[in-house]
Parts: sequence; C-alpha cells; structure tokens
Amino acid sequence: MNKNSNSYQIIYAAVMVVLVGALLAFIYMALKPRQDENIANDKRQQILTAINITSSPQTLKDDFAKYVVAQYLVDDNGLIADSAQNVAFNVDMKSNVKQEKRSLPVYKCVLADNSVKYILPIYGAGLWGPIWGYVAVDADGSTVFGTSFSHESETPGLGARITEDGFRAQFVGKQLVKEGAFRSVEVVKRGQKSLTGADYVDAISGATITSRGVGTMMLDCLKFYEPFLKKLADSNQPLNGKED
Amino acid sequence: MLSKKNKEVLFNPLSKDNPVLVQILGICSTLAVTANLEPSIVMGISVIAVLAFSNVIISLIRNTIPTSIRIIVQLVVVATLVIMVQQFLIAFDYDVSKQLSVFIGLIITNCILMGRLEAFALNNRPWPSFLDGIGNGLGYAAILVIVGFFRELLGSGTLFGYQVIPQFCYDHGYMNNGLMILPPMALITVACIIWVHRARNKELQENN
Repeated sequence: MNKNSNSYQIIYAAVMVVLVGALLAFIYMALKPRQDENIANDKRQQILTAINITSSPQTLKDDFAKYVVAQYLVDDNGLIADSAQNVAFNVDMKSNVKQEKRSLPVYKCVLADNSVKYILPIYGAGLWGPIWGYVAVDADGSTVFGTSFSHESETPGLGARITEDGFRAQFVGKQLVKEGAFRSVEVVKRGQKSLTGADYVDAISGATITSRGVGTMMLDCLKFYEPFLKKLADSNQPLNGKED
Repeated sequence: MLSKKNKEVLFNPLSKDNPVLVQILGICSTLAVTANLEPSIVMGISVIAVLAFSNVIISLIRNTIPTSIRIIVQLVVVATLVIMVQQFLIAFDYDVSKQLSVFIGLIITNCILMGRLEAFALNNRPWPSFLDGIGNGLGYAAILVIVGFFRELLGSGTLFGYQVIPQFCYDHGYMNNGLMILPPMALITVACIIWVHRARNKELQENN
C-alpha cells in the first residue's frame, strides 16, 4: 500500500480525527458530573474562605448550609429583590458582569459567634485570564471582614499569589465606605499611597497587572452594591420583609 | 530488558545528552514554571508521563504514519494525551488541576516532545521509545527542580512555601532577591548550570 498517496493520507487523517474526537467526547461525557460537582464544591469553599472557614471536601456541603443562612439578589436601591433558594449561588458571574443590568447576589452568613457577615461576589480580569473572588463585609456595610480570590491562569509565584493568605489578609479591616461615599479598597505599589484617599493594600511585586486587576475588580463590582451597603450602614440589616 | 543500548537511551539524557542543557530545548516552560519549587516538580512529572506515553503510541503506529502528515499526527497524539490528563485531574483531583492550570496546556508546546517523537519514536520500537521518553523527561525535570530550588530559595526565602531562611538573617539586613522570581533570572540560572555542566564535561565544549 502506498503510504504517500493522497487518498491514504486523507483517510488516515480522517479516521484518526474521528477516533480521537470520539474518545475525548466519551471521556468528557463520562467525567462531566464529577467535574461539575468538584467545581460547585470549589465555589462553596471559595465563599467560605471569605469568612475564614476551611472545610474538608466531605463536610463542605453541610458547612456551607450551616454558615450561609440566606441568599438573595438585591436591586439598584439596595432592597432584596429575590430570595429564592440558591438564587445567589446560581448566578454565573462570568456572564453576569457583561450584562447591562447585573444581578447583585448576596450571601448572608452567621458565624459561630452570631455575628452577621454579607459576602459579595466579584469578577474581573487579571493578566492572562479572568480573576474572581468574594468579599465578606461586616454588618456595618463598610468594614471588610475577609476576602478570597481565585484565578484561572495567572502566573504561579507571581499573579497567582493573590490567592495566598498573606495577600488576602491585608484587606481585613479596610473600609469600603469613607465619609459616606463608596471608595472600594485600592491595590497600590508597595510604598505608595492611594491618591483618592481610599483605603489601600500593597500589590504583589512582579505582578503589577494582576494586582491592578484585583483593585479594578473590587471597584467595578462592588460599586453596584453601594445602595445596599448604605442600607446596611443605616439599619445594620437588609431591608424588606421577604427575608426570614 | 535493559540492554547496554537501552541503558544509554535511558541515562544519556540525564547529563551528556540533556534536552535542556545540551540540546537547549524546552527553555520556554523552564522560564515559566520555575518561580517556585512545587510547580516545577509537578510539571516535571507531567512531562515525564506525557512524553513516555506519546513516545510509545507514536512508536506503535510508526509504520502506518504517512510521512507528509507525521507532524500533525504527532501533535494530535500529544494534544489528546494532555487533554485526557487535564480532564481526569479536574474530575479526580481538582486541587492539583487548579494548581497546574496553565502548565498542563503548556506541555503541548514543549519542544522536547516533538523533538523526541521526531528523532526517536518514529524509528524505534515501543520499549526503547518508552525508556527514551522517561530518560528525557527526567533530564528535563532535573533541571526544572534545580532552577526552581534556587529561584524559590533566593527569591522568596522559602522552599515548598515554607520559610527556610531564618528571621535572624533578615534582622541583620539580608533581603530576598526579587529579581529571582522574574523570568529572566531563570535564563541566567540555566546558563550558570550549563556553564558548570560544560566545565565538567570537556567533550561538550565547542572549539572556536
């Protein structure tokens, strides 16, 4: 058989591609449920990380149900618009941030000491791909209680360090609201200060663009929550009868 | 099982025929992943696995591959293996898959893979090809680990994320070298290793 004839090559390539395609499709279908489960669990862990709770894969679902007592979407006026079950968890932030009218998910958590925290999801761009995270805010609507950050493909040892405790911990205690106006928390080069008077944290050296992405992401996503944070500050609890 | 020739196939790439030090292949990923020791090791293991199995597969079908589309066939085999590894990791070890994220994809573009498939697997039987894949993978992984060790130690003062340079040194004015965690220093570290390696292996020195 002539291995270099056109028909042999075309048939060889076609058969190879069909076989490989079928194999990969089969593997993808077979593993999909497990992968989805892993991804959902990972999201639960990221949310819990914002309130400094580390859970094992076995107890993750229970812990999540225990600490996250309510989920809702708030509207432009900071009022609860929808408090169906899992309504916040089911929001896909990736498509959500592109929409003109965003959904504004909120997770309400009650910690072991009965203090109430509100976790707000954020989503933005790093250097190589998307970055996202969760910001836990105290009931005063301004103080950051904790954060968690994740990324898709930032450089290990540089941009990927936004997930490390050292970087996350800097945000604790910072004020999102200053003198009645929403300011977010800025990420600036070490040794510099914020020009706008907002609270700030140090960037990661060698990862300027990822660090800047974190700052931009916090500002861009959290500014929509300003009315909600204001309502929290006024009453120390979110408003409207739908809750509980 | 391990004839003299097979031994050479397995062990030569560790030093005398090292893919990074002598053939200067796979430099791009050496720069990208060696800022810390742990990803260097995991990347090394992944490359060993993919290289060994793609070598075996190409070697098994080497007599059927039409010469004019052999590169495409090799790429398809490598890409398939890499995607399979990635999918299995997401399903069964999500944490590791998150850590590796970009590296797994980077394996496809690793020049060592194409180099070994072209130069060895196409002309040899599966068993020697397997050994060749393991040997070259190990040779690559060894350099990755050495570079990762020095970059993490000097750049961050840690190893595997644990602090190893005592606080005492920092108190007396020692500072981490921030340059070490930037990619250019990987190149310089590799160059230093090549220097030492050539100095010890006279037959590798070029005559100018």
